[in-house]
Amino acid sequence: MTEVSQRPEAVPDNVVGGTPPPRPRRRLGPVPAIVVVVVLAAAPLFLAPFATTTLTRLLVFGLLAVSLDLLVGITGLPSLGHAAYFGAGAYAAGWVSIHLTPAIPVPLLVGAAVGGLAAAATGWVAVRSAGVYFLMLTLAIGEVLAQLAQSWDGVTGGANGLSGIPAARLGSEPLLGVGYLYWYVLAVGVVAFALVWLLARSPFGATLRGIRDNESRMRAIGYSTTLYKYGAFIAAGTIAGVAGSLLAAQQRLVTPGDLGFTTAALVLLAVVVGGAGSLWGPVVGAAVVVLVRDALGPGLGGHGELLLGIVFVLVVYLLPRGAAGLTSLRPFRRRRS
Amino acid sequence: MSALTCRGLSRSFGALRAVDDVDLTVAPGARHALIGPNGAGKSTLFRLLTGRMRADAGTVGLGEHDVTSLSEVRRCRLGMSQTLQHSSLFASLTAAETVALAARRHDGTRIVPWPRRQPRVGTRSAELLGLVGLADRAGDTVPSLSHGERKQLEVALALACSPSVLLLDEPAAGMSPAESARLLAVLADLPSEVTVLFVEHDLDLVFDLADRVTVLHLGRVLLSGTPDEVRASDAVREAYLGTSRREELFTS
Repeated sequence: MTEVSQRPEAVPDNVVGGTPPPRPRRRLGPVPAIVVVVVLAAAPLFLAPFATTTLTRLLVFGLLAVSLDLLVGITGLPSLGHAAYFGAGAYAAGWVSIHLTPAIPVPLLVGAAVGGLAAAATGWVAVRSAGVYFLMLTLAIGEVLAQLAQSWDGVTGGANGLSGIPAARLGSEPLLGVGYLYWYVLAVGVVAFALVWLLARSPFGATLRGIRDNESRMRAIGYSTTLYKYGAFIAAGTIAGVAGSLLAAQQRLVTPGDLGFTTAALVLLAVVVGGAGSLWGPVVGAAVVVLVRDALGPGLGGHGELLLGIVFVLVVYLLPRGAAGLTSLRPFRRRRS
Repeated sequence: MSALTCRGLSRSFGALRAVDDVDLTVAPGARHALIGPNGAGKSTLFRLLTGRMRADAGTVGLGEHDVTSLSEVRRCRLGMSQTLQHSSLFASLTAAETVALAARRHDGTRIVPWPRRQPRVGTRSAELLGLVGLADRAGDTVPSLSHGERKQLEVALALACSPSVLLLDEPAAGMSPAESARLLAVLADLPSEVTVLFVEHDLDLVFDLADRVTVLHLGRVLLSGTPDEVRASDAVREAYLGTSRREELFTS
């Protein structure tokens, strides 16, 4: 597939003399990704603690958006209940940190496992539907889990949330500084993103894209599509659980709001704004959502949601493929004279 | 042992008996055509055979297997492959990626969740694209292909499933004469282990390719026989045109 054939009739006939015909874009390889990670890693050295904390929250939300993009953009399953697995992972990681140990791989692995198990337990019903039915089923599942978080006082702390989560511990050192916490979140986020990225480029990922494009044809060529969708659902739930355990480490508090409808809708918004299917786009979308809501919202007297709505409408009209679609725009488009 | 059989196959939509007690036997290696006027139940019969649609009554056999209760996916895994009347492909994939999807599934390897080099899949896809005449379109996405090219890609996709029985629903519909001739050559060159059952309105293509023809009319089998028998049948002529003016029907 590296070979792009250029058939003679494919060359546009309105090319003005002197303009070279369009050539395939040169691949930049891993360079942009490395630059982004290096800049992100250096950020706390230059930023104020509050800005670092905002950036940490942004990364957590960005990872949640990436996990949802695995469902929405790669598999074609728009979910309105994805925050449930994020919240399940957050509660599990918080509970383990309080009652067992906050030593680093433990809350992370427990959060991932609980997120994945919650997705496995609820996904089997959801993946048998499609389109708007899938949206409604995931919404219902999300609301049920949010209610469970509200009412299961003994474990979740009910409406008050699960508070008093100790700081994550690396070896014997608790991660108290905002910079260290940020680097922890960044490291886990980069590894989790890489895993999702590899999954999307695997034969399994190719199958998921086939299901997104044409599920019935995939069945006709011998793929049990329900099984693959279930696998994608569990993988997305597991990564959301990882993001949840990062949330627990960052906020040191988990509330029912973290797995409710508002979070689920915002993360879906982030995926759409960023560009579904690109994986990195939703991180940008998450940044837009978090910045508009948390940084600009307070200055607008609590009308952050209104601004988000306007951003959403603008994106739908101007950038149908989200922020990720910006890379395919040609900077100097020649107008037809 | 026949490659594909059905006995007493029926399916109704309300009061309409779209497929009514159809018996069909397709011999191994046959090039078996299914013809009939519009509304004869050809497409419904295809859906019942492939498992896309459940039959109200009757059985379907694939080789030595009774596949009546098996899903479309299982039937495909047992060697039944199909193309659809209206090309149904993957809008964001290239031609090569499309064929690779099916080639990978039927390659015998597992669909793993990590990146893996699969040279065999790539070679097989390129070979099949070359076979149907799309070698120079391998890197193009499906929306940029012409209607005829999409139909060719459908055939490559169906062949990538390594079928023992290939069901083609109007494979030449909308093709240019050159594309249609190419399709005919591809189908004629298929190894004799592959059995082909096809629905086609282009009767020239039917009589060029088929060694056996079944005529459906109003959901029932009107006649099953050699091309010459079908050509000579008065009943077929009446079913098609409601007339016995032979020259209007088969001009070959």
